[in-house]
Amino acid sequence: MKPGSTSAACAALARRDLTLVWRRRGDALNPILFALIVVSLFPLALGPEPENLRRIAAGVVFVALLLAGLLALDTLFRSDYEDGSLEQLVLSPHPLSLLLACKIAVHWLTTALPLILIAPLLGELLHIAAPVRWVLPAALLLATPLLSLLGAVCVALTVGMHRSGMLVALLVLPLYVPVLIFGAGACNAAQAGLPFLAPLLWLGAALVLALVLAPLACAAALRISLS
Amino acid sequence: MSSSDLHDRPALLEAHALAFARNDEPIFGPLDFSLHAAEVVLIEGDNGAGKSTLLRVLSGLLAPTSGEIRLNGEPLTLARLSPQVALLSHQSGLKPELTALENLRFAAGLHGVRKGISPATALAGVGLEGYADVPTRQLSAGQKKRVALARVLLAPVGLWLLDEPYANLDLDGIKLVNRLLENHANRGGAALITSHGAYAYTSGTPRRIPLRPGQRGSGFSPDPLDVGDVNESIAAEAAPAGARAGSTSGSPPETGAGAP
Repeated sequence: MKPGSTSAACAALARRDLTLVWRRRGDALNPILFALIVVSLFPLALGPEPENLRRIAAGVVFVALLLAGLLALDTLFRSDYEDGSLEQLVLSPHPLSLLLACKIAVHWLTTALPLILIAPLLGELLHIAAPVRWVLPAALLLATPLLSLLGAVCVALTVGMHRSGMLVALLVLPLYVPVLIFGAGACNAAQAGLPFLAPLLWLGAALVLALVLAPLACAAALRISLS
Repeated sequence: MSSSDLHDRPALLEAHALAFARNDEPIFGPLDFSLHAAEVVLIEGDNGAGKSTLLRVLSGLLAPTSGEIRLNGEPLTLARLSPQVALLSHQSGLKPELTALENLRFAAGLHGVRKGISPATALAGVGLEGYADVPTRQLSAGQKKRVALARVLLAPVGLWLLDEPYANLDLDGIKLVNRLLENHANRGGAALITSHGAYAYTSGTPRRIPLRPGQRGSGFSPDPLDVGDVNESIAAEAAPAGARAGSTSGSPPETGAGAP
């Protein structure tokens, strides 16, 4: 009568979440379509002059991906809360924060990574400047896990409420703003030919901090939400 | 297991003056009881008496407002508790998109597996062989309940907390639950089950813990029309609505809730 190892539990959770995403793969396309629509609307509104679009390209892609991520955030715990799996997760003999870290990682892998992969394409739609072409994915690679981790804490706090979408947005936005400033800041600096490493390093430092603290905060928030 | 050596062992689970209130509104208690190994105890109460809340408190999901829970004689914390309990709550904890077997495999990964049993044999043990590859979404409510019971059966724990295990089940299913509980008790496990009285644990005469609504203001009286599905022992005293809140034998003296 011995519980299995924590790594086995994390693997089981990751496998289950990946299977679920595959079974609902139609839903998984939503954030990508959303980002594509937002980005393709800008040239229609601003006019097709490449000069104009190039100036705002990185910022628009960043904001579009941030909002698409916000859209996907609600699915992180919602269904688990509704069908009682979250209860079982809390009652498992393994550290809840590790299980949640695993869950957030899968969520990032299935919602944010596809967005990063299409980000260069979105950039091309807006005539993105050559030096920003690879700084943008690098900034997104550091910024999106940070957004997922911060967002997970806020979603965990509100998972017990009905129609909490607006509240999550309000909670999350002040936390997202610095990430946006540093991420888009790195792209703008690259475009202007200035050194862009410092904002990227700041993002990296914040990501390391969030990797350690956010799962713990998330676990505490979920325990509060379930009581 | 004779009843004499049953009580020589330390209690698996003890509650002392256990009470829970939500927003200063008492839900149940104060409550004193103990649960020994190889024992099945039935928590009885009307709708809204706090049965589910009691199980959630005992499982560690909710912190009691006052009182103490002891597990094997030691004060309880969630970290010590969770390797030892399995909770069957109203929500099944099953993913509708996954098959019955996939759901059980996940539970096995998360909670571990009892020796000598596998997800497939647990599924067969609840009478669902042949349903392994059916998405849980397509199962009936009773079949989902059986899958959830298989999850409890699979977990390597000594204490089962089952919230309305008989709900949605047909007669065979009720017999199945009783058989599972009996086997669990014979293995030395213990179980707390709730019931609003419609179906009771039939093998042997289990100990019962009557649960009344907390002192929810003097105006609380259950709806007199809500007596359709109670069994004889409760139905006998069910006629006057005011008298129903005061309950069966063995109740502690500090009631006052439903006193006329």
